[in-house]
Amino acid sequence: MRYLPHTQQDIQNMLQVIGAEKLEDLFATIPDRSCRLGDLDLPGPLSEWDLRRQMAELASNTVHSDHTSVFLGAGSYEHYIPSALRHMVNRSEFYTAYTPYQPEVSQGTLQGIFEYQTLITRLMGLEVSNASVYDGASALSEALLMTLRINKKRSRVAVSKAIHPHYRQILATYFEPLYAEIVELPYTEDGLTDTSGLEQIEDLAAVAVQSPNFFGCIEPIAGMAEAAHNLGALMVTCFSEPLAYGLLEGPGTQGADVACGEGQSLGIPQSFGGPGLGIFCTRKKYVRNLPGRLIGQTHDRDGRRGFVMTLSTREQHIRREKATSNICSNQNLCALMAAMYMAFLGGTGMHELAQLNLDKAQYLKQELQAAGASIPFSASTFNEFVVRYPGNGSSLTERLAAKHIVPGLPLDEYYPELAGHHLVTVTETKGKEDLDRLVKEVSA
Amino acid sequence: MNEWILPGTTGLVMNEPLLWEKGDQGRIGFSMPERDVPRTDPPQGARTRPPDLPELSEVDVVRHYSRLSQWNFGVDSGTYPLGSCTMKYNPKINEDMAALPGFAASHPLLPEHMSQGTLGLMHRMQEMLGEITGLRSVSLQPAAGAHGEYTGMRVIHGYIQKHSGTRSKMLIPDTAHGTNPASAAMCGYQTVPVQSNEKGILSAEKVAELMDEDTAGIMVTNPNTLGLFEENLGEIADIIHDKGGLVYCDGANMNALMGIVDFSCLGVDVLHLNLHKTFSAPHGGGGPGSGPVCVHPDLDPFLPVPRVEKHNDRYRLSEDHPDSIGRLHSFYGNFGVMVKSFAYILTLGPQLKRISQMAVLNANYLRQRIKGVINLPYDRPCMHECVFTDKYQEQYKVNTANISKRLLDYGFHPPTIYFPLVVNGSMMLEPTENEAQQDLDMLVEAYTRIAREAEENPDVLRNAPHLTKVTKLDETAAARHPCLTG
Repeated sequence: MRYLPHTQQDIQNMLQVIGAEKLEDLFATIPDRSCRLGDLDLPGPLSEWDLRRQMAELASNTVHSDHTSVFLGAGSYEHYIPSALRHMVNRSEFYTAYTPYQPEVSQGTLQGIFEYQTLITRLMGLEVSNASVYDGASALSEALLMTLRINKKRSRVAVSKAIHPHYRQILATYFEPLYAEIVELPYTEDGLTDTSGLEQIEDLAAVAVQSPNFFGCIEPIAGMAEAAHNLGALMVTCFSEPLAYGLLEGPGTQGADVACGEGQSLGIPQSFGGPGLGIFCTRKKYVRNLPGRLIGQTHDRDGRRGFVMTLSTREQHIRREKATSNICSNQNLCALMAAMYMAFLGGTGMHELAQLNLDKAQYLKQELQAAGASIPFSASTFNEFVVRYPGNGSSLTERLAAKHIVPGLPLDEYYPELAGHHLVTVTETKGKEDLDRLVKEVSA
Repeated sequence: MNEWILPGTTGLVMNEPLLWEKGDQGRIGFSMPERDVPRTDPPQGARTRPPDLPELSEVDVVRHYSRLSQWNFGVDSGTYPLGSCTMKYNPKINEDMAALPGFAASHPLLPEHMSQGTLGLMHRMQEMLGEITGLRSVSLQPAAGAHGEYTGMRVIHGYIQKHSGTRSKMLIPDTAHGTNPASAAMCGYQTVPVQSNEKGILSAEKVAELMDEDTAGIMVTNPNTLGLFEENLGEIADIIHDKGGLVYCDGANMNALMGIVDFSCLGVDVLHLNLHKTFSAPHGGGGPGSGPVCVHPDLDPFLPVPRVEKHNDRYRLSEDHPDSIGRLHSFYGNFGVMVKSFAYILTLGPQLKRISQMAVLNANYLRQRIKGVINLPYDRPCMHECVFTDKYQEQYKVNTANISKRLLDYGFHPPTIYFPLVVNGSMMLEPTENEAQQDLDMLVEAYTRIAREAEENPDVLRNAPHLTKVTKLDETAAARHPCLTG
């Protein structure tokens, strides 16, 4: 086996040093009752060649964007990932290291994450960021748990129905064994969160909306933040498409106390939904309530700049059951990818790429409308929007599948009131000819 | 052994500023697609100017990250015996497999008939992990070990709630992993510590004393953090079950037991695995990981949704599980990590047992070779890791931290230190199966030299490391005046 260096002779020598006769003796402390009798019933072992063949066959049974026009987004976005980024993240000193417990030999990871924290706070218009959490949904859940720690005497959070349905499901999972309560805020006929009933909710610790929301609509965060703050609640803005903030003012600049969400858009492959990146930014005054890892700047014995994990007294390995969260790692490599992506793009590039996403989506929206599709929500959108295609929805999906087009996400299951509608996503990876083809096929 | 054999040395290392200290306004490192549609007006809430991000060319960025990577120590750099983290080799073929477009470029919300490959891989992965652990109901959703612990705790919480009403406590041994108490607390449990006995393992009597009908169960790490097999776990499981509780096993140390132990025969009800430890997916500097949960069939209804199921040779996602604890990941977990471990399991097949045997052989060899120079508090056969302390060096006013920092100069990553908490000044070494006898001998040689230095020139240890890019960093200053962005 090529991963094992031991020759028969090595094994004999080592057993002799240990004072054992055979390998089985090393496991003598294991009681008989738990011992496995037969061999593991597993396929393999496979040679590298056979493995490649089997894996390629499996991979070919899932559709991907190389030969299908996929207009799906809804929390996972197809954006172009620069070749140079893939090469950098594949440097094995990055991916074969672990948590930087020994900062003197982990400055690559540490500086890289310090840079991530800096770039992402600049994009989000906030002061501090942790080194990331699992995904968009866990970022939102951790954020709302944090607001309950900050607003200790309050026990309710108001959560927009226009937040990604999966994120809301996970929030419900996290809240279930706790004392806190989730109050759902409806959406208006424009496709925006209806905050008019906020004042009627007592004990409100936080208000959470998503922008652009699940329907792609851009929420007026500033006004909502003011309403939340007037009630003594924190404003939490989440997102599934951070590229929007290349074009939009950061949530923090608009008054949000927490900006959290999914960072997959920033140079991370879609990979059937994971691994992604849970982005979590907030104001400096809440830093000691933050969950997860933080990297800070310091200096070495000789006065040189260096970076370390810091403020870990909040974390599980020190505080144990009193920690701010049980999370003990971050999505480190994904955070590094996001920082690389922002570095390759730069401020101007990010702005231009976001504008291009907007323009392509707007073009498709207008062309679809001209072809007889209806757009139920009037609010401004970024690179996704809800549409009702002309003709019958379900037969349309089958007909387009045969033409290698996935025309978006049917909303029936998530919002029964929007049955027959699709959520359509357009990024820079779609050319005008792809958009024109979709219009032609849906109106055929 | 000759001076030149140990890997630590000096060489030219490049300085590299922070991203925003280099570059120039107007540069770009990205190939911007051609604009083929008209420009539209910015929406409400648009920025008046682009975000404040540094502007760099492709070469600027590539050089930046190449230099940063050289300041890191990874498994590919050398021996990395970080206890309980299983820093094994990350096979390169696995990275290639995860990058196949059908996996890396697949959208999670494709219609099921378009994602049979990805769903099929997940289903087969569930079956294989069920076979390896003996606990055949599996969820791949948790994104990390701690996430798996939380999921497992919630499954127990759900089951207990349904069958015997609310219980408020959870037993946690002092030799369990550090995340365990926090995971239990997030489910609303009050944690009750259980002391291990003089042999470093749990005694059935101690557990019997503490277990009652208000206790939901026990959270055991096996092999525990002293690297010892919990010999009494079967008996302990009986005690817990008799009082209506359940047994959670932290399976982070599964690398010792593949093909050797069947956890269902041991009375374990819930177990999480770390694909980034036992199943060779890379640690990525701290993530992404993957922490599948394997449970006894009685607990199957409580696993997270959606579930990946097989019907008539087609794979599908099902949410139709009314007792489920709900959803825990935006989609289905860290699929990209699962692909790597799936490839690893297919590469090894039943030979996974050999992996565990070699991991245990290496740890026992190290234990035997180092114990003359560094104190071994529990001198018993170990599993995949063993724990030493700084007791012999105390007399020279040299501690575990000093010894470990000096190890860096010799070209080794230090072990996990000051954990577990049950012994003072602990050093927890897990060599993994990938190290050859010669590699281990070199590590022993480094410890031998350090032990000698402790006697003859202790300052060289106290001021270590000397050869790294930066010397000892001031962590107190970092915490006192946090500087978290630049």
